[in-house]
Parts: sequence; C-alpha cells; structure tokens
Amino acid sequence: MTTTVDKSKVPWWVANLIVPLVNLLLALLVSGLFIFIAGENPFQAVRLIIYGSFGYIEGFAYTLYYTTNFVFTGLAFAVAFHCRLFNIGGEGQAYIGGLGVFLVAINFSFLPVPVVWLLATAGAVVFGAAWAYIPAYLQAKRGSHVVITTIMFNFIASSLMVFLLVDVIRDFKQMGPHTVALPKELWLPTFKELAHLFGLKIRYSPLNLSFLIAIAASFFVWFLIWKTKWGYEMRAVGHNTKAAIYAGISPHKNIIIAMLISGGLAGMLGINEILGVHHKIVAGFPAGYGFTGIAVALMGRNHPVGIFPAAFLFGILYQGGSEVTFDMPNITRYMFVAVQGVIILFSGALENLFRPQIESFFVNRINKEEMA
Amino acid sequence: MVSPILELKDINKSFGHVHANKNINLQIHKGTIHGIIGENGAGKSTLMSIVFGLYQADSGTIKISGKEIKLKSPRDSILSGIGMVHQHFMLVENFSVLENIILGFEGELVFGKNLEKAKEDLKNLCDTYKLNIDLESTISDLSVGFRQRVEILKSLYRGAEILILDEPTGVLTPQEVDELFKILRSLKEEGKTIVLITHKLNEIMDLTSEVSVMRQGEMVGHKKTESTNKEDLAEMMVGRSVLLRINKSVTKPGNSVFSVRDLVVKDDLDVTRVKNVNLDIHEGEILGLAGVTGNGQTELLEALSGIRKIESGEIKLFNETISNKNNFFDPKRLKEKGLAHVPEDRQRMGLVTDFKAHENLIFGYHHQEPFSKSSILKEKEILSFSKKVMEEYDVRPRSPNLITSNFSGGNQQKIILSRELNENPKVLLVGQPTRGVDIGAIEFIHQRLIDMRDKGAAILLVSVELEEVLSLSDRIVVMFDGNIVGEKINKDVTDRELGLLMAGVA
Repeated sequence: MTTTVDKSKVPWWVANLIVPLVNLLLALLVSGLFIFIAGENPFQAVRLIIYGSFGYIEGFAYTLYYTTNFVFTGLAFAVAFHCRLFNIGGEGQAYIGGLGVFLVAINFSFLPVPVVWLLATAGAVVFGAAWAYIPAYLQAKRGSHVVITTIMFNFIASSLMVFLLVDVIRDFKQMGPHTVALPKELWLPTFKELAHLFGLKIRYSPLNLSFLIAIAASFFVWFLIWKTKWGYEMRAVGHNTKAAIYAGISPHKNIIIAMLISGGLAGMLGINEILGVHHKIVAGFPAGYGFTGIAVALMGRNHPVGIFPAAFLFGILYQGGSEVTFDMPNITRYMFVAVQGVIILFSGALENLFRPQIESFFVNRINKEEMA
Repeated sequence: MVSPILELKDINKSFGHVHANKNINLQIHKGTIHGIIGENGAGKSTLMSIVFGLYQADSGTIKISGKEIKLKSPRDSILSGIGMVHQHFMLVENFSVLENIILGFEGELVFGKNLEKAKEDLKNLCDTYKLNIDLESTISDLSVGFRQRVEILKSLYRGAEILILDEPTGVLTPQEVDELFKILRSLKEEGKTIVLITHKLNEIMDLTSEVSVMRQGEMVGHKKTESTNKEDLAEMMVGRSVLLRINKSVTKPGNSVFSVRDLVVKDDLDVTRVKNVNLDIHEGEILGLAGVTGNGQTELLEALSGIRKIESGEIKLFNETISNKNNFFDPKRLKEKGLAHVPEDRQRMGLVTDFKAHENLIFGYHHQEPFSKSSILKEKEILSFSKKVMEEYDVRPRSPNLITSNFSGGNQQKIILSRELNENPKVLLVGQPTRGVDIGAIEFIHQRLIDMRDKGAAILLVSVELEEVLSLSDRIVVMFDGNIVGEKINKDVTDRELGLLMAGVA
C-alpha cells in the first residue's frame, strides 16, 4: 500500500490542473525521446507543433475543426460512462450518424435550408442513437457486455457502409466509394466565409458552424448530467445499481437512455464531416475520431469542462502533428499516433502514477504554512 | 517498571478542518484486553488506523515496547507485530481460507514446501486458540462469524502480538459473540494484547480490564474496568447522561395494513430463502423480526419493499395486492402508496456513497416536487430541504455538499432515516437501523421510531440486535431457516426464550 494523502486537503487546482499538466509534460518528454531517436530535434518538433496549430489563421482553424470532432465523440463517451457503460462504439455510431445526415439532407433538400439543417441534425442523432440502441438493449435485457457488442457494431457499421457506398448509394458516375455531393446551398457556413464577410481573405480551412454546435452540445451534456432528473438517475445507476433499484430507479431504462444519448452525440460527428466538410459520405470518414474520443473523455474526467480542453489538446496534436510530418521527413504520420498513445497512456492508464507524490508535496507545503 | 507494549504520545491528526485526534495519549499493557469506546466520529477508528499505518499522524510519537517507531504503511505495522481486524473484512470471497491467509506472503513461485509449512503453522494456531477453521473451505461459504475468525487467524499468522479489533460484534449473532469472546480470552491467556474498539458498553464490561474513552477527537479518560460502570462510561462518551432503556408507552394497535400470505422468496442463486411466511403488521405497532443473519430476513425485506420478485404467495398493502407470482409494484410505486424502507445495508443499498449528501437526501424522492419539476432538479429547494433535515436529525457535519462516504456510519444512517421518515410513511420497513451507530444516535433513532409508531405508522423492525428488538417492539416474531418459528407479545418474553427460537431449538 502506498502512502495515503489526506484528500480533503488537496486543493482542487492541484488535483485537476497540476496533476494532468505534469502527466502531459511527462508524455511530451517521452514523445520527445521518440522524435530524438527518429533522428529529429524534439525542440524543433514542438516549435512546429505550436506554429502549425496556432501560428497562422488557417492552421488555428484546422485545430478547431479537429477539436469539434473530439468534443462530439468525447461527450458521447462521457455520457455513457456516467452510467458506467464503456461505449467504445462511438466510431460506428458516428459512421451511421453520417448516413442519417446525408439521407435526410438529400431527401428533404426542397425545404428551406435552416429546416434541412435542423432535420439533418436530428437525422444524425437518431441514426447514431439507433445504432447504439441494439447494444444498449442487449446489455439491459440480456446482460451482454456493451464493450463487446459496441466493438462488434463498429465492424458491422463499417461493413454496412462499405456495402452501401459500393453498391447502393454510390455516386455511380465516379469510381470512388462515396456518394454524390449535397446541393451547395445546404453546405454549412464555413469560417472562411465568415472571415470574408469581415474582409479577411484566408485560404481553405474545414472549420464550420459545427464548432458552435459542439459548444452547445457541451452545455447540453453538462445540464443533462448535473441538473436533470435523468442525469441524476443515470449517475445513480452508474455508481450503485443496487441502490438505484432500491430507490425505484430502473437500471434497464437508464442504460438504454444513456446509450441513446451517447450514440446520438457520436452521430453528431456526421454534421461536421458531412454537412460541413465533405458534403457527401466518403468511405471511412470517422477516421478514428470515435476512438480518440474515449481518450479525450478520460483525460477530461468525463466533464464537459475537462473534455473541451482535452479535445483542444488533441486538435493541436492532430494539426501540429501534420505540420511536423510535412517538415520533418523522418517523422511519419504514425509517429503521431504513437505520441497520442503516449499521452493516453500517461493521462489515462498511468493517471495516478505521480498523483500521490504531487498531492502530498502540496499538502505538506500547506501544512507547513499552517504551522508557521 | 515494564514499559507498555504500545504507547501513544501526543498524537494529532486532522482531515481538512476536522481535528480527528487531539493530543491523544494512550498506554496499553501486554497481555490485557484494552477497550476503546466512543461515539461514531469520536476518532477511535482514525487513531487505530494511525497505529496500523493506514494514516500518518500529523505529530506525536508511537512506541512499541518502549522503542519509538515510525509506521508508514500497514506493512510496517505488521512487521512490528500489530494486526488489525477491520469492520469490513478484507477477504477474497472466492479464495479458500488458506489462500486468503498466505496472500501477499506466499514466499514461493510454485506452491510447495512453504505452503505445507504454512498449513502446519495455521493448524497449530487454530488448535492453540480453538479457532476451529477448515483451511480448505471457501470464504463465500463461511458465515460472518467464521470470516472474522479467518481475519484473526491471518493476523496471528503474520506474527501479531497486538490485535486491534474494530467493532467486531457489529455483524455477529449473540451466539457468535460468545464464541468470539471465548477466542479473545484465550488469546489473552497466551499473552497476546487485544485492543477492542466498540461503542457497546456490555462488551467493555464483559471483556476488558482497562478502558479508554474518546469524545470528539479527545481522550477523555482512562479507567480500570472493575472500578467503573456502564452509566459512567456512557456519560463520559456522550458528555451527558443518556437513557439506556427507552421510555415507551403502551398503545393499542389498529387494523392490519400490511399482510403477507404464504410467501415464498428465492435469492439470486435460486435458493429458497423465505418458506411460506405469514405476517400481519398493524397500524400503530412495531413488529420486531428477530433472527440470526441469513435466515431469510434480507430476502423477506427485499420482497416486501418491491426490490425482489416473489415465487408464490401474496403481499397486500392497504388491501391492495402489491406482489404476487405474476407481478409486483416497484419501489417507486410503493413509495407513492406510503411505504418507506430503511434498508439493512446502508452503503450498498441505502446510499450512493459517491453522491453528495444532498443528492442522497432526496434519493428515491428526487422525481417528486419540490425536488424536481419537468425533470429538472431544483437545486435551491433541494439544498434548503437538506439543511433543514440535517439540522432536525443532527447530521454531522452539516454540509449538504460533502460526499456521503466522508460521513461516519452513524451519520450516514441518519441521512437515510431523515429521508425515509420525512414523508411520514404509513408503513415503514426498517432493517438494522442502528448497526454500527453510536449510543447517542441510537437513542435518537429509537425515539424517532417510537414517535412514528405513536403517530399510527405500521413498522416492521428487522434487527439482529436482540436488545433492540426487545426494547422497541410491541410484538416479536422470530425467523429461522426461512420460517416464522414463533410469535410473542413483547412484555411476556425473555431474551433467553428468543435466543432459543433464533437458534431453531425451541
């Protein structure tokens, strides 16, 4: 057993800011070592990451675009996790959510544009939620573990979409596995257009209105989990199922609700990718955002206030990382997958590695001050 | 003069703003049974956790046989000859007794010589102290009393000279308590030193030679047991004189409001635990249900409160069938009918210990006004309600935003009681209302139950504390092996008679 630290004396900023920052620094240190071994200068790499993600306006817009995706998938994981469900099916739910966006948008394109956007958002949520419903039902009624079923549903979603994109909804005038493009008026307004309105000429960046939707979704999740009866019941089931039953709270019902909301949030990734960026379904568009969302949620301690900065951090890594791979021939894209892995390792799995030491350091300092 | 085997000097320990131990001095002599009493939250467990190396004192010294030592972890304490039996056992349920005891001390990669030696040593220990444990049996098959013995054996095997027992009798039947006391006495005979943490004065008087009393983090006195009595000790503990027997008027019970007919209930493993039970609970009476733990009381209570489906029979509340073979009202519907339930296991069922106190104070009532409206929680109303009931039930500390697991056991129980009694239920099911609760709070809780009865509530009291059943109930039924084996009017019965019924003898 390790030394126990008096938790009530640990200041909140030590537990919630200092410890994650130290973990992050450690991760960067180890990543720096990778880069050094690969024969590049780690300090130069850090400089490039910062330049790439903040140094010019298009780069920063890219960072925020990635952030948008991670916010959606991070929130999705967090909602289920509050009910102690490990929903790792965000990837598949996002894929099917994208299908929902596209089908709704293309079939209702005759309606006024804002109405189509609203309906397409609903399409994203409903399709994503529907894909999460089956594992949720199996967990609630049959006890099939949601980790297993959601993994399998990722594969099923992927295969289903390939089938649809090759044989059913493909743009048959083209060779690639993607659909026809949506009418241009349905495309979500981009940051580039906004900048133009203010007389700022910038080059392309994928950042679009979805970023604001992601912020709204963060508020929604915060409100749902901590301010409503549903959130209260989900948390009760998550923390203590037996007590929930005692209090007349149905675990079955709450497992299903939590998974539906989770799947719906994951599906909203489709808004950013389909309505905002590709304007059609491209095979494999969720591109791992669903999985990275798990790390984002864990790093953000499943709270929107933590998820947003965590999503931003991963946005920096994605965007800054591509800048590095561009300028440093020895560093490949996969190197940055490894860097992400190291960050997840230190801020997720090894989260408590140095926590006792750091916390007792601050607690001892506080004690000394009190004595003096 | 021989130096004491354990000596604490000026021990201080704070948690945040709570000064849990203030300048504690304590001397414990070899070969004695030393009692430490105090209410919940008096700092007994904190003090012993410091001795066992779970916490470090902020200041002060610990000496063992006159030598000052630093205890940084339980391992240090074990090596210094200190063993501790916790209130909640630290055993791996699906391991055998032997596997549990050598856990962490295997000493070899592939079991062989060491294991044989361990077996031998353990057998000798069992014989010396008459522990009567089968080393091969699996923990989950053992009764609570035996599990406790395994914990004691584990400490002895690891070389404990000083054995600390934290509230050891809280979960035992009267017979098991007798057995435990026999074992403790034989340990003393063999020269072991025992520190007994408890709030039960009977145990102190029975067993100890010296007693130290704690109150609100301070040591308020050391006494030779023979030169003190229960009333004095109670007063030292609480800081005022207390009633050890409750004053209760005789009332006339009214109509039967809760009736159980031919009830059969199975547990999760499909074992029939309640076999053909018939019961009636009347308005304005407390029906005591006595019995040794594990004779079906838990399953009965769960069936009555809508948590568990029944096999056959019928349960009626106010002449309405609330449970039969085909369907049953869930706890939410039963609450609406005026039924409240204080569950036996407060940490695993009555509370979400990770929730804040105010979240637990509305648990199960959270969907009702004024706590929520259109599914949105009304924080202001919840907090003002919480402050009110915490005041009324003297929950300490009065911090509605504190996480529930940071409250002491007695205060957690008060949180449940204030929640369940607040709605003035017409029928109240109460399981082990004072398990692990201190004297001052017991008096308070008992008084509340009597008040509820006087207001006309029908109360079913399930308790393994015979004394509690006797002092509260108007009528007593005894459960043994899933059956009701006896029914007595309280004033005509002795604890001996009940004890025999509970043992299935009479």
